Amino acid sequence: MSDMAEKHGLLSQMATPPTIVGRVRGLSDRGIAWLFIGPTMLLLLVINIFPLIWAVTLSFTNYRANRPNAPLKWIGLEHYSDILNDPDLWAGMQVTAHFVVATIVIETLLGFGLAYLIDRKFKSHGFWTTVILIPMMLSPAVVGNFWSFLFRPQIGLFNEIVSFVTGIPADSFAMIGDVDLAPWSIVIVDAWMWTPYVMLICLAGLRSIPNDIYEAAEVDRASPWRQFWSITLPMAMPFIMLAVLFRGIENFKMFDLVNLLTNGGPGSTTELASITLKREAFEKWRTGYASALAIILFVTIFGLGNIYVKALNRVKQR
Amino acid sequence: MSLTTAHSIVAPGAFSRRLAAVLVIAYALITMIPLVWIVLTGIKTPDDSIAYPPKILFSPSLEGYVNLFTTRTRQTPEFIATLPPATAWYDQLVRSRNMVIAGPSKYLQRYMNSLVIGFGSTFLAVVLGTIAAYAFSRFKVPLKDDLMFFILSTRMMPPIAVAIPIYLMYRQLGLMDSWLGMILLYTAVNLSLSVWLLKGFMDEIPREYEEAAMIDGYSRLQAFWKVVLPQASTGIAATAIFCLIFSWNEYAFAVLLTSGEAQTTPPFIPFIIGEGGQDWPAVAAGTTLFLVPIVVFTILLRKLLLRGITFGAVRR
Repeated sequence: MSDMAEKHGLLSQMATPPTIVGRVRGLSDRGIAWLFIGPTMLLLLVINIFPLIWAVTLSFTNYRANRPNAPLKWIGLEHYSDILNDPDLWAGMQVTAHFVVATIVIETLLGFGLAYLIDRKFKSHGFWTTVILIPMMLSPAVVGNFWSFLFRPQIGLFNEIVSFVTGIPADSFAMIGDVDLAPWSIVIVDAWMWTPYVMLICLAGLRSIPNDIYEAAEVDRASPWRQFWSITLPMAMPFIMLAVLFRGIENFKMFDLVNLLTNGGPGSTTELASITLKREAFEKWRTGYASALAIILFVTIFGLGNIYVKALNRVKQR
Repeated sequence: MSLTTAHSIVAPGAFSRRLAAVLVIAYALITMIPLVWIVLTGIKTPDDSIAYPPKILFSPSLEGYVNLFTTRTRQTPEFIATLPPATAWYDQLVRSRNMVIAGPSKYLQRYMNSLVIGFGSTFLAVVLGTIAAYAFSRFKVPLKDDLMFFILSTRMMPPIAVAIPIYLMYRQLGLMDSWLGMILLYTAVNLSLSVWLLKGFMDEIPREYEEAAMIDGYSRLQAFWKVVLPQASTGIAATAIFCLIFSWNEYAFAVLLTSGEAQTTPPFIPFIIGEGGQDWPAVAAGTTLFLVPIVVFTILLRKLLLRGITFGAVRR
C-alpha cells in the first residue's frame, strides 16, 4: 500500500508540470509559487538568518547583554582564537564527544536488537511497539527533572532497583553526585528516551527487505548467521546510518535533558557544549564570546548535517 | 514437524517468536517503570514520596494534586481553630497539615500558556507549511533543492545558539516573555518539519486530480482548495500533531525567553517548591498532567510516527 503511494509520489515528481491547463485564469503559477513560499522564507529570514548574522557580528565584539550601554569594542577574531586555544573548552568538547559516542553505540545496539526481535512478528507486537515508543515523545526537560528524583541515593527508585539486582547498598552510590557516575547518568536517561527512535527507524529498514531475498537464501541453504550478515545487516544499513546521524546531531546539541538532570555537574563532568554555551551567554553574560562559540558549534553541526542530508537522500531513493 | 524452517524470516519458528516476545515485553515493561513511578509519586503523601526504602505500597492521597494547584501558608493550630470549619475536602486536607490555602498556584496559568503558544504556533506552522509544501511539490521553483535544504538547516542550529541573538532582538522589540514572541519563534522552528513532512504528503497526491479539476474550469487556487487540501487532510492533521508536540515539549527557548507572563509548563515544573525543596508529589502530579496528552497523541499517531521523526524521509 505505502509502496504504491511512494511510487505515486515519485512518479508525480518526475512528471512535467502541466503547461496547457496552468495559467487559465487568476494568478499565474509563478505568482502562486512565490505567494505560497514567500511567508515561510520571510519568517525564517527574520527568526533564523537575521539573528544568525547578528550573532556573527557580535562574535567579533566584546558586547555583554547585561551591559547594553557599555562602549562596544571591535576585537576581531580574538574570541575565536581564545576558544580554540582554551583547554577547558576542549575538555568540554571531549565530554560532548564521549556522550555522543556512548549514546549512539548503546542506542544503536539496543534499538537494532529490539527492531530485529519485533520483526519476528509475535502476537501483539504492535501494542508493545507503541508502548516502547512512548518515552521518545515526552518532554526531555520534564523527564530529565523527574529522573533526578529517581537517581537520588536512598530514596531514589533507580538506586533501589540496582541494589535489589546487584546487592550493592542503595545509599552507597549517587548517580548524579559522583564524578565517575554522572556521565553515565545522562547516558542512561538519553538511552531510555531515544532507543525507541533508533528502533523505529531500524524496524522500517528491516521491513523494507523483500521476503523473496530470504526465500532465495533458504533455497541456497544459507545459514541464518550468513543471512543476517549478508542480507539483513547490509540492507538495513542506510536506515541505521540515518538513525545514527540524526541522534548524533541531536545529542551534539543536547541541552534540555541534561540541564535539568545534572546542569553540567558535578564540576564540569557532564558539561556538554550547549551547557557551556548557556553559562557563557546567560550566566556570565559574555555575549560576544558565547556568540563565537555558538558559530563554531553551528558550523560543526552544519557539516554533520550535510552528511545527514546526503544519507537521507540515499535512503529515499530506495 | 512443520515444513517451515525455524530460522526463516519469512515465517519465524514458534520458539524464536516466543523468545522475541518475552525479550521485547521485558524491555517495554522496564522502560515503563519511570513513567509508572511518576504517576504513583503523584498520589503519594510528601512523606511517602521520600521514604527510604522507596514505598511501592502506600495509601493514595490527593495531597500532591492539591499542592500543585494551590499555594499554602503555614499557620498555628490555634489560628486554624478560629477559622470557620472547612467544608471542602481539599481545605480539610491542607488544614490537617497545619496549613491554610492562600490562593491558586501558577500551574494552571502556565498550562494555559503552553496551550495558547502550542496551538498558535502549530496553526501558523501548518498553514504556512501547507502552502509552501504545495508550491515546492507542484511548481518549478528556482533553487528548489537549496531552499528545501535551507529550511531543514534551520532545525540544525543548537537552540541556545539561536537564543542569544533572539534574546537581544526580542528585548529590543519588547517581545520578551510574550505569547506573540514564543508563537513566532516556535512557528519558525516547526516550519522545517511542517514543510518537509507536508511536501512528502503532497507528492503522494496524484497531479491528475488537480489537472482534471482545472480542465473542468477550476482555477489553480480553487483546485488547491477544493481538491488538494481534502486529499492532504490526514497529512495535515499528523503534521499539526507533530508541531504541537514539539511546542508542548520545548524547554530551551522557553527557559531563556520567558520568565513569568508567558512561561510554559516545562520550565515551571522544576520550580514547584514545597517547604524544604521540591515538593515531589506535586511535581509528579504536574508532570503527569503534562505528559498525559502526549501519550494519547503518541497512540493516535503510532502509524505515522516514523514519518514524522525522519522529516518524511522514511514513509512506511
